[in-house]
Amino acid sequence: MAEFILETKNLGISFGGLKAAQDVNIRIKKNQIYGLIGPNGAGKTTIFNLLTGVYKPTTGTFYLDGEELCGLGQEKINHKGIARTFQNIRLFNNMTVIRNVMVALHNQPEYKCSALQSIFRLPRHFKTEKAMQEKAKELLRIFDLEEEQGNLACNLPYGKQRKLEIARALATNPKLLLLDEPAAGMNPHETEDLVKTILFIRDHFDMTILLIEHDMKFVAGLCDQLTVLNFGTVLAEGDTKTALNDPEVIKAYIGG
Amino acid sequence: MELILSTLINGLSLGGIYAMIALGYTMVYGIAKMLNFAHGDIIMVGGYVIYVFMSFHNPLLAILMAVICCVILGIVIEKVAYKPLRGASPLAVLITAIGVSYLLQSLAQIIFGSANKMVTVYEFGAIKLWGVTIQVSALVTLAVTVVVMTILTLFIKYTRIGRAMVAVSEDKGAAQLMGINVNKIITITFAIGSALAALAGLFYLLKAPSISNTLGAMPGIKAFTAAVIGGIGSIPGAMLGGILLGVVECISYKITAIAPYTDAIEFSILIIILLVKPTGFLGKVRREKV
Repeated sequence: MAEFILETKNLGISFGGLKAAQDVNIRIKKNQIYGLIGPNGAGKTTIFNLLTGVYKPTTGTFYLDGEELCGLGQEKINHKGIARTFQNIRLFNNMTVIRNVMVALHNQPEYKCSALQSIFRLPRHFKTEKAMQEKAKELLRIFDLEEEQGNLACNLPYGKQRKLEIARALATNPKLLLLDEPAAGMNPHETEDLVKTILFIRDHFDMTILLIEHDMKFVAGLCDQLTVLNFGTVLAEGDTKTALNDPEVIKAYIGG
Repeated sequence: MELILSTLINGLSLGGIYAMIALGYTMVYGIAKMLNFAHGDIIMVGGYVIYVFMSFHNPLLAILMAVICCVILGIVIEKVAYKPLRGASPLAVLITAIGVSYLLQSLAQIIFGSANKMVTVYEFGAIKLWGVTIQVSALVTLAVTVVVMTILTLFIKYTRIGRAMVAVSEDKGAAQLMGINVNKIITITFAIGSALAALAGLFYLLKAPSISNTLGAMPGIKAFTAAVIGGIGSIPGAMLGGILLGVVECISYKITAIAPYTDAIEFSILIIILLVKPTGFLGKVRREKV
């Protein structure tokens, strides 16, 4: 196993003349909860899009557990072990809660079942179906969503939709989980709950987590290390306390 | 009574053909969010392939080759004409599809000439049921349609690929990031649609053993109408719309006073239904949360 689960080397992308991200070097160790923060438009989601293959970087590359993933297609990168949630929730709205999670299990060979076996409902179909349902329920239980399994995803309240998105991302069996503003739009109580859930995910699944967040209390309470972005470049990095007290960071956030 | 029964069976079998073509429109729309106006011409290509391979006097071989050729053609069209335009404006894709449609029609005219070709795939004859004379080919069409639609429904509902298709039609980007190979799903969708179109071509030849390069044009438009009536993007909707249109067409043909206006009646139904229910019968209502 490599020293770092995720390592980016001079990662950068320009859109026309605009450098949305430039020379970003992030190193995340296994089991870390790592924060990516910065003012609006700093390029945080751009980094997520680069790491998941939505954008192809103009410079640099990145490695997951020592394996270079840069340049692979989106679904390939997911198969290799990076899963994400979205800033604007993007669930499969007209599918049930449990089906949302089950679809994300498809990339794993143990749930394989040929089309013919499924059409004619042979025993193998029921076996994998049951295994998928159990796995999905197990994930939903972690997020207190078990009772909602038969409801359509679009009918869930906002906080639960956010949780379902995390459950769906976890179902793809990632090594690295990217959370894009998981606490956005949550009330203080829900946020507190989310902190516990994220810590549980790290311990229970042995997961490494990279998250974008604006809520500084949330970040300070959860993240081991931070990278602060501003105008696409790294402003500061290091352990959470030091990075948050960096004068440059305070300047970028408060202005002056 | 006899007239009603025979009209109904003819209507259902014609409706089955429309439904099968409409499925191609609706599935491609659901997955790739585009209107594939070249879809009708795949029917015509299927017909010509059957015509060519019937020179070996083996209907099964001809049907098999028609399905294989149409599937390959459908996949090639998607890869060459539509895939490079993914992310382009829907209008650009639409005009490309119309271009592909004319290309196929013109190629067929160059290769086979403009005169109709006659080809008899198989003589089923007619039988008497409860005193009613019914074309066996209509019954065969109906039976095959029911089987094909059942398999397709089970495929979408229970297989991994089918479920992935539903996910892609919900949100292509999210599906891809959850590990679903969207390109593969789109290819499979075009393959299924084209295979159904090939079968539709076969059933047209069973109904009337004559083929020209515009064979697919009118059925294509009618099936598209059926797909919109049922709610474009909805698979049961396409089946429903197809059957409805087929039955209406056959009934209208039997009533002398309105028979000449059959096409007008069918398209009027489309307009009326869209006025009353703009999403079609089973189309999804996109609610915006405010």
